[in-house]
Amino acid sequence: MPTVRVPTPLRKLTDGRPEVTVDGADLREVVTNLEAAHPGFGERLLDQDGRLRRFVNVFVRDEDVRFQAGLDTAIDEDDTVSIVPAVAGGAA
Amino acid sequence: MTSSPTPTATTTPTAPAPPTAPAPPAPGATAPPGRHDLVVNVTGLRCRECGRTEDLGASHVCGWCFGPLEVAYDEEVVAARVSRDRIASGPSTLWRYGDLLPVLRDEPDDRIDLGAGFTPLRPAPRLAAHLGLRELWLKDDTRNPSGSFKDRVVTVALSAARALGIDTIACASTGNLANAVAAHAAAAGMPAYVFIPHDLERGKVVGSAVYGANVVAVDGTYDDVNRLCAEVADRRGWGFVNVNLRAFYAEGSKTIGFEIAEQLGWQLPDHVVGPLASGAMFTKIHRAFGDLQRHGLLDTAELPRMSGAQATGCSPIAEAFERGSLDVRPQRPDTIARSLAIGDPADGYYALQVAEQTGGAIGHVADAEVVAGIRLLARTEGLFAETAGGVTVANLVRFVEQGVVGRDERVVAVVSGNGYKTVEALDGTAGPTHRTTPSLTDFLGMLHD
Repeated sequence: MPTVRVPTPLRKLTDGRPEVTVDGADLREVVTNLEAAHPGFGERLLDQDGRLRRFVNVFVRDEDVRFQAGLDTAIDEDDTVSIVPAVAGGAA
Repeated sequence: MTSSPTPTATTTPTAPAPPTAPAPPAPGATAPPGRHDLVVNVTGLRCRECGRTEDLGASHVCGWCFGPLEVAYDEEVVAARVSRDRIASGPSTLWRYGDLLPVLRDEPDDRIDLGAGFTPLRPAPRLAAHLGLRELWLKDDTRNPSGSFKDRVVTVALSAARALGIDTIACASTGNLANAVAAHAAAAGMPAYVFIPHDLERGKVVGSAVYGANVVAVDGTYDDVNRLCAEVADRRGWGFVNVNLRAFYAEGSKTIGFEIAEQLGWQLPDHVVGPLASGAMFTKIHRAFGDLQRHGLLDTAELPRMSGAQATGCSPIAEAFERGSLDVRPQRPDTIARSLAIGDPADGYYALQVAEQTGGAIGHVADAEVVAGIRLLARTEGLFAETAGGVTVANLVRFVEQGVVGRDERVVAVVSGNGYKTVEALDGTAGPTHRTTPSLTDFLGMLHD
């Protein structure tokens, strides 16, 4: 089952656990199953149009999913999915 | 370090008299030379996107919306203290602007200050003539302690880190930041871990290791390094200056803007051209001008146009600008301008907003133009810049040709790092021009050939 690394701001949804495992053949399914197992993930990761939020980066096999197939990126049984808040801090 | 607080060229306006409003009591007036007493002027952190506030700490992400956290100042304290007089009586480093920077503990001696900032703003008449510009200034940040503007952000971030009780300091770097973190950590006696792409220029690797830092070479690009550091910061509790200390770190870049204004006699230029990597420095210079204006420290009302410079081999912000979009698509960098090789720029979204709002532009140039830019700057003004400086100058050349930069504008170009860090970029283009034996006859004969 794929492993999902959870950043600190989201660990309140996983009872403090930094990693959880959920099923899913692609990233979209993983997010859906995360939401089912730990309610709250869906709205934190996806915007109203169902896309990954601007300040959320997701890496599968250590590769940014924006260089792969986005939410359609295929996930294998032993893959690791890392959710990493974007690092920003400038100001307009 | 050489400083030129008020350029003396004929184009420089005379520094106006300080504001007439009575300044509040300034303990700094009785402090020893170089001291500049400060007060705690920060209330917490605030999300740039949703506005929610959080307590002070090593945190960069809004717990609610994942937006970036910024320093929330106590505006009353800042407004009551900041003045041209207090700035002028401060040290010849960026800490002269301490009233406008995040101060977490009211003890100037706790600052980790190697002398960053207050670098020369140099008139550049020969380069201006070459470009057909009326007035051009160079903000010479090659003069900083470790040779780049990154010393500015590090002195602010490490001083905050010490006040927050953080004992191990770290960063994700394309090289210059690693140099600055390593140097400041050494002087502060703090252990440091600097994470860099494995294939950086030799000068930047040596320029970190020599200070005794742990230099972690990562098999990947800067963006890989950055992602690793975000995850390490989440697990280890280290203070990563540009990750979980980013709210403080980014404030340091404002001082470039503060200095430009002070060094032009509290006037602003018409146009600022600077390099874009993450985009944080660019956006913070713009923010600095706004801060000065809000606090009544300027004699001009108009804020400058802001134009950004990238290399074609890593131009995600310029590419979004060309599309007229704020949506930055990440790229895989391939350019000699390693210090700007961030394919997924953290503040690209905000840099685009600044360029658009101020009527500026964001351009990109090929690596051959970067080298030509380095050489042009060196030959015309005696200033040897690293590749980022070549990117800035080469884009300035284009901006003038395209009419983006007006020939009658007062222009400031930000030269952010020292050329001795990236000599590899000039391999094959800068070497001995003559060869002779030790014989005078041979030498004179060679000159006649």
